[in-house]
Amino acid sequence: MSFLVGEGMTGGYGGVDILRSCTISVEQGEVAVIVGPNGAGKSTAMKAIFGLVRLREGTVRLEGEDITRLSPQARVRKGMGFVPQERNVFATMTVQENLEMGAYIRDDDIGDTMARVFDLFPVLKEKRHQPAGELSGGQRQQVAVGRALMTGPRLLMLDEPTAGVAPRVMDDLFDRILEIRETGIAVLMVEQNAAQALSIADRGYVLVTGENRHTDSGEALLSDPDVRRSFLGG
Amino acid sequence: MGDVVNAVVLLANFVIVPSLAYGSQLALGALGVTLIFGILRFANFAHGNLMAFGAMFVLLATWWFQGMGVGIAPLPTALLALPFGILAAVAASLAADRLVFRFYRRRKSPAVILMVASTGVMFVLGGIVRFVVGPDDRRLGDGARFLVKASEFKAATGLKEGLSIKLSQGLTVGVTVLAVAGLFWFLRKSRAGKAMRAYSDNEDLALLSGVSPDRVVFHAWLIAGALAALAGTMYGIDKSFKPFTYFQLLLPIFAAAILGGIGQPVGAVVGGFVVAASETTMTYAYRKFLRYLFPEGWEPRGLVQLLSTDYKFAISFVILVVVLLVRPTGIFRGRVL
Repeated sequence: MSFLVGEGMTGGYGGVDILRSCTISVEQGEVAVIVGPNGAGKSTAMKAIFGLVRLREGTVRLEGEDITRLSPQARVRKGMGFVPQERNVFATMTVQENLEMGAYIRDDDIGDTMARVFDLFPVLKEKRHQPAGELSGGQRQQVAVGRALMTGPRLLMLDEPTAGVAPRVMDDLFDRILEIRETGIAVLMVEQNAAQALSIADRGYVLVTGENRHTDSGEALLSDPDVRRSFLGG
Repeated sequence: MGDVVNAVVLLANFVIVPSLAYGSQLALGALGVTLIFGILRFANFAHGNLMAFGAMFVLLATWWFQGMGVGIAPLPTALLALPFGILAAVAASLAADRLVFRFYRRRKSPAVILMVASTGVMFVLGGIVRFVVGPDDRRLGDGARFLVKASEFKAATGLKEGLSIKLSQGLTVGVTVLAVAGLFWFLRKSRAGKAMRAYSDNEDLALLSGVSPDRVVFHAWLIAGALAALAGTMYGIDKSFKPFTYFQLLLPIFAAAILGGIGQPVGAVVGGFVVAASETTMTYAYRKFLRYLFPEGWEPRGLVQLLSTDYKFAISFVILVVVLLVRPTGIFRGRVL
């Protein structure tokens, strides 16, 4: 039994099925990456798992518990953290306030968690009194990830975390994601930069038109000639 | 040298002090408008009449206290009655939200529909006020009239010009400073205040963070209602209570909120003072002021008044139009709290 599994997910927006019997799963302490061409339904699959897209068929289970009908907010309380692709920080609020808002549902002391986020992203500690909207793209992504970590999630979901950031920043962000994995958190992410993302993935999913095309370890997918030719540009 | 001091005192007496008091009243009003815009994303035209509604309950409670012989002289009795006005205005805001705005919010109606709905609420509130106390001018301020009397100021300084500060003006500024400081503390430091700012900044992310939209909206109406009652009462104590003037105040209040950047509390305060200062400086007759500064015989013959006081609303209107044309986001880049 997987830690998190979205099984046979079928659904989309306004009656049009974008996902067609798509299955995604991830274990604790593992990085799973969803890649695929534009319009393959990568983000939709992620949103469906988080409850932002209604499923017509299929189930989402977290530790065996069926959470298909739960609201996104309720899933946050179950231990799922989600970093949207766009508008993923409170731009007018300071870095520290962003992190505090991430922990909004918590009533206990958040000092330790915030210290851990600052350890993971030291630059955020330096800039904690600056509005998040004034930071660079890469730093803003760090705030977004940090915000999602503030609830102490067991599953972290990232929707194209490296969209629009410089290559060097991207490598750094991937390193951080591996560090997050080391703490036993399950990481599920959608990535445009397929090759780099698969190189850190324990498990990779290649989606095409809302269906699973290939599923294997990141390494195996990277060396699969079919995958290389179709999706990684040779 | 004495002439320059006299000129400054003259200006302080007729322009600076009144601007500060009027600016405070506009700031309180504009804060309510900007807060509702920041959270609910529509221009609440009912705010002026909400001020009248709150002030009316202060007036009624003031009469009641006066009838019982209860007072807090030298302070105006209306201050004692203020909690009644705040309660009434908050209740009216929450009722309007429950009966009108919530319906459109749930349907995710565009902002313009909510704005038109708020016009309806405005007429209802205005109607209730006229129905209960009538359209006449009523005196809301009692107690001592002056903090500083012109005659005492002259005697103390030996100047030709006197400076008078009405108690109501001092109170208005003092109450505004307290209210604004309290509101800013709430928004910056408290959990509920941060949730409001987060909701205003990025609604989707706030929902993902577990912020309850119903609570945020509730708090917004609570604060807007209290601010409206406060603004209406301070204006009433300083000038007088007349239902129609509150409706007219809507224009300078919106000018202030938009000039400062709608959705920005700091902007609302700055905007309030700028609009008030513009109105008073444009409608003041500078003849006597210039007589102090010019050499003998240069004294202007006319009043040197740029605009008649009858046109003071035109000034707000011009500010509004110019801001919308030149910098629609206002001084502090509005649209978020």
